[in-house]
Amino acid sequence: MRRILPRVRLGLLGLLVLGLSAVMVSLTGGSAQAPVILRVGIAEEPDILDPTLARTFVGRIVFASLCDKLYDIDQNLEIVPQLAEGLPEISPDGKTLTIKLRQGVKFHDGTDFNAEAAKFSLERHLNLPGSRRKSEIAQLQSVEVVDGFTIRLVLSAPFSPFLAQLTDRAGMMISPKAAQALGDQFGTQPVCAGPFKFKERVAQDRIVLERFADYWDKDKIFLDQIVFKIIVDPSVRLANLKAGELDLFERVRPTDLDLVRADPNLVLSSVSSLGYQGLTINIANKEGFNKPPVQLDTPLAKDPRVRKAFELSIDRKVLNDVINNGEFIPDCTPLPIISPFYPQGLVCPERNIEQAKQLLAEAGVATPLKITLMTTNAPDAIRTGEVIKSMAAEAGFDVTINPVEFATALNLQDAGQYEAFLIGWSGRVDPDGNIHQFQTCGGALNATGVCDPVIDALLNEARARSNNAERAKLYATAMDLNLPPDISFLSRRNIIYLWHAVNFVALNQSVTGFVAVPDGLLRFKGVQKR
Amino acid sequence: MRSVVKAKPSRPVLAEKALPQRRVWRLIRRFTRRPPAILGASVILAFVVVAVFAPWLAPYDPQATNWSKIRKPPDPQNWLGTDDLGRDVLSRVIWGARVSLLAGVVSILIALLLGVPLGLISGYYGSWIDQVIMRLTDALLAFPFLILAIALAVTLGPSLANATLAIGVSAAPGFIRLTRAQVLAVREEEYVQAARALGASDLRIIGRHVLPNSFAPLLVQATVSIAGAIIAESTLSFLGLGVQPPTPSWGSMLNVAQGFLQQAPWMAWWPGLAIFVTVLAFNLAGDGLRDALDPKDY
Amino acid sequence: MLQFLIRRSLISIIVIFLVTILVFVSQRLLPGDPVRVWVGEERDPESIAYFRHKYGLDEPIPLQYLRWLSLALQGDLGRSIRTGIDVREEILRRLPITVELAVLALIIAVVIALPAGVISAVRKDTTWDYIGNSVALFGLSVPNFWLGIMLILFLAVQLHWLPASGYVSPWEDVLENLRRMIMPAFVLGTGLSAVLMRQIRSSLLEVLKSDYVRTAYSKGLEERVVIYKHALRNALIPAVTVLGLQAGALFGGAVITEQVFVIPGFGKYILDGVFTRDYAQVQAVVLVTAVGYIAINLIVDVIYSIINPKIRLEGAKAE
Repeated sequence: MRRILPRVRLGLLGLLVLGLSAVMVSLTGGSAQAPVILRVGIAEEPDILDPTLARTFVGRIVFASLCDKLYDIDQNLEIVPQLAEGLPEISPDGKTLTIKLRQGVKFHDGTDFNAEAAKFSLERHLNLPGSRRKSEIAQLQSVEVVDGFTIRLVLSAPFSPFLAQLTDRAGMMISPKAAQALGDQFGTQPVCAGPFKFKERVAQDRIVLERFADYWDKDKIFLDQIVFKIIVDPSVRLANLKAGELDLFERVRPTDLDLVRADPNLVLSSVSSLGYQGLTINIANKEGFNKPPVQLDTPLAKDPRVRKAFELSIDRKVLNDVINNGEFIPDCTPLPIISPFYPQGLVCPERNIEQAKQLLAEAGVATPLKITLMTTNAPDAIRTGEVIKSMAAEAGFDVTINPVEFATALNLQDAGQYEAFLIGWSGRVDPDGNIHQFQTCGGALNATGVCDPVIDALLNEARARSNNAERAKLYATAMDLNLPPDISFLSRRNIIYLWHAVNFVALNQSVTGFVAVPDGLLRFKGVQKR
Repeated sequence: MRSVVKAKPSRPVLAEKALPQRRVWRLIRRFTRRPPAILGASVILAFVVVAVFAPWLAPYDPQATNWSKIRKPPDPQNWLGTDDLGRDVLSRVIWGARVSLLAGVVSILIALLLGVPLGLISGYYGSWIDQVIMRLTDALLAFPFLILAIALAVTLGPSLANATLAIGVSAAPGFIRLTRAQVLAVREEEYVQAARALGASDLRIIGRHVLPNSFAPLLVQATVSIAGAIIAESTLSFLGLGVQPPTPSWGSMLNVAQGFLQQAPWMAWWPGLAIFVTVLAFNLAGDGLRDALDPKDY
Repeated sequence: MLQFLIRRSLISIIVIFLVTILVFVSQRLLPGDPVRVWVGEERDPESIAYFRHKYGLDEPIPLQYLRWLSLALQGDLGRSIRTGIDVREEILRRLPITVELAVLALIIAVVIALPAGVISAVRKDTTWDYIGNSVALFGLSVPNFWLGIMLILFLAVQLHWLPASGYVSPWEDVLENLRRMIMPAFVLGTGLSAVLMRQIRSSLLEVLKSDYVRTAYSKGLEERVVIYKHALRNALIPAVTVLGLQAGALFGGAVITEQVFVIPGFGKYILDGVFTRDYAQVQAVVLVTAVGYIAINLIVDVIYSIINPKIRLEGAKAE
């Protein structure tokens, strides 16, 4: 019985040693090859790489290197020309924009960028069946070619956020030749005028771009290749950066920041984002979001005092400390605090359990008041729900957390089958993009079913005015917490805003020249890797 | 959960129904002769007691948050440390036993209850019944386990009971295949052929000969599958198809701990250890049961 | 044997049909659809309607199925609605990666489980047995995510011995391929080895007590000969069954491992497909894994009859 065992053991040991040594023998990593490859970790899989059809945030990160736009924004949220020569000439009635285009720009297929190409691109964004840009630039009536490098955009009505739209996908220029040849498959082989051109894509794994030799601003490009690696888990992204498999990655989880700061090889870049996290409370979306609003029969939906009590039960600062390690920016408005439109002198209400209890008593609701809070099943969303549940309990709310997979959550929200939903917004440069569609009657993203004519009038007026000071005043009124709920949407509390995220990018110290911009996109012009 | 403990000693009774009382006692005696088996059974019993008496045993409310004690390592107040929301990990592990044992053990019992009879029929009778059962089994097995469980749980509606059922049904095809394979091997043994020649009924042959002799691999598979079932519960809960947070389960505690493996490693240790000890205990007890049941061992 | 193979192949085709129908219907039972998920928080009724129509999602399900089937039979598995990527290309790219990972994991599992199972059984109730069992069950209980991250932090971040993630084709660089595959294969293999080891131990114990093994011993045959020539052969049946079952799981179920090591295999592809409701993607993967799974189990059935000639192959029998 005994004789066989040592041999088995020996054999096993031998195999292990053999395997390990075979694998670990070659430790030679870096080589002195010429091409400079930047490996970038991104948090999700981008959708189709067609600027007209795309919608994901992470897709915009790839587009930032692939497709240049008429305009761009800088780190101060200023709109700056990119493929345009300068800011547009706007007619006094605000309905005509004349844009001079940059000359000597080539698309990746070698064709020239000119007024015809710009007209083609904008018209494609407007007219391609299924276009996602159509609603962004719906006011665009026609595009006229003035001369070889000048276009004139005619709007149906003055629309001050229009220029901001041209700093995003709606302003991306695509090669007419390639677009005509590829049709709706353009996204599998995109041809634009950005500093890098499309090389290959492996679904859920990577997107590879390579340097475009004829880029108009090629002196500022110091990279030969960019590999976007899709790594969903933040801990895995961080481990890969530390192991040297990545040069940088976006969306460092706030709770991981201390690990990044503690590592002398890593550098952290941060900038406040344009978006917000919030609690969307269903007021009158009973039949589905396309249907006329019908008031829900819950205390939370019926009585603004109950919603105010709910808000007062939440301590935004502690919430931010617990969930985000205190690294994000607690706030009660949809606008980032860096925005020039952020209401001056606004003070967010502090947690006040006594007042919350009193409001509930005034509203005559029996406590504990049951509330179902739907969240997506992202771990941090569930954790946020748990903290809110714990805080709101002290004021007399009994919150049930209902984590739902994203696709299902969207469906329930569309159908109006939710009471409160923890969902954020990635944010837009112009304040209109964070407010109008959510807060106006019948707005495209109005999932709460609210409908108050005064608020609508204020917000409609704000998008028509072109004077920033006048616009800021209108927004300040619509966000005045001292005004009643039918004038100020912050008092209406159909969305209780919680915080603004900060975009953290962790870089290996060998990467220099990176500048973070509030829109969270990664721009690699001027970026070098030693 | 109580049914879990009962089910263990009761299975041999099921297998050897015809045995007189005396033999059952001998079975228990044989089981209790082995120290590892006793150890395993005691641990299972202890965990069931913990689960049942969680409200009295847990030092704190498992859902009580403490903002000033976020992710603190073990100390005299919180013996196993605190989690990301300042909750006591020990209390959560104790309460988590309820959900995890239920989901882990009951779902595997369901899988056995579905899988074993179908596998027996398929393997013993062969011919077209075998074909129908096995091809359906193949079709289900070709689905990744989790996808099947998700589809079932969505259809049944979200609750712990439904999640458990979904896990059990999704795990059943494996047991069908395993049972059938054993039956095929046993069916041709001389003693079975002899019993058949002597005119024993099918039921008697299956009950007295085929099932007891097919038992060992099923027992092993059942006991090792518990770990997977406990994890599957947390995945379904994570998708909103099981228990709702902040109700603790070992699997969901592990899910959250994944985000803090470096910052607060203890958040993963304790629920992980609980799963390991549970699985180990069931395997030891399973081994003891197998030995006690072994018809060849006198 | 030939008759058996032909008959089983024909039946397998029916099974695969069954599987495709099951997938097709079950996916459409889930709330939401690919277009709505893709559009996300932004609602845009016009473009939603356009894409629903374009991809035939507004048609009755049986008609959608027939359309998918007729295209699939011609080798066209459709495109991902979300990314526009050709699903067949993606499947072909992932197939070798998935197979390699599964095979490596199986090898690691067998290399660990076979000797460990034999030692545990032969030395039943000794320290060796207890250690073997505990280690195996520990491997089973340790979550893949935890083990994966720990390996990366230790071997890749601390020691810089192995790369943290990614896949390199063996045709490009065999050594680099192995360096990148060894950690994920190990993570997958440990869980599997526990299941295998426990089965081998259990059935070997069974066989060691049987009459013919006792006879063999009484004839004075050497232990090694008894175990390897007689006992192990018979003890392998449940282990082979479990191996067959697990092969299916390895094929489409290595989600966590693929995610941690950033390997473009089937597991994550199918799960993402489920969550984004990318029907074409899920259907294609299940179709391929079903074919693979059924082929493996056909082989398993053949192996039974080789291990134990007393087991007749169904279809080849006379009754």
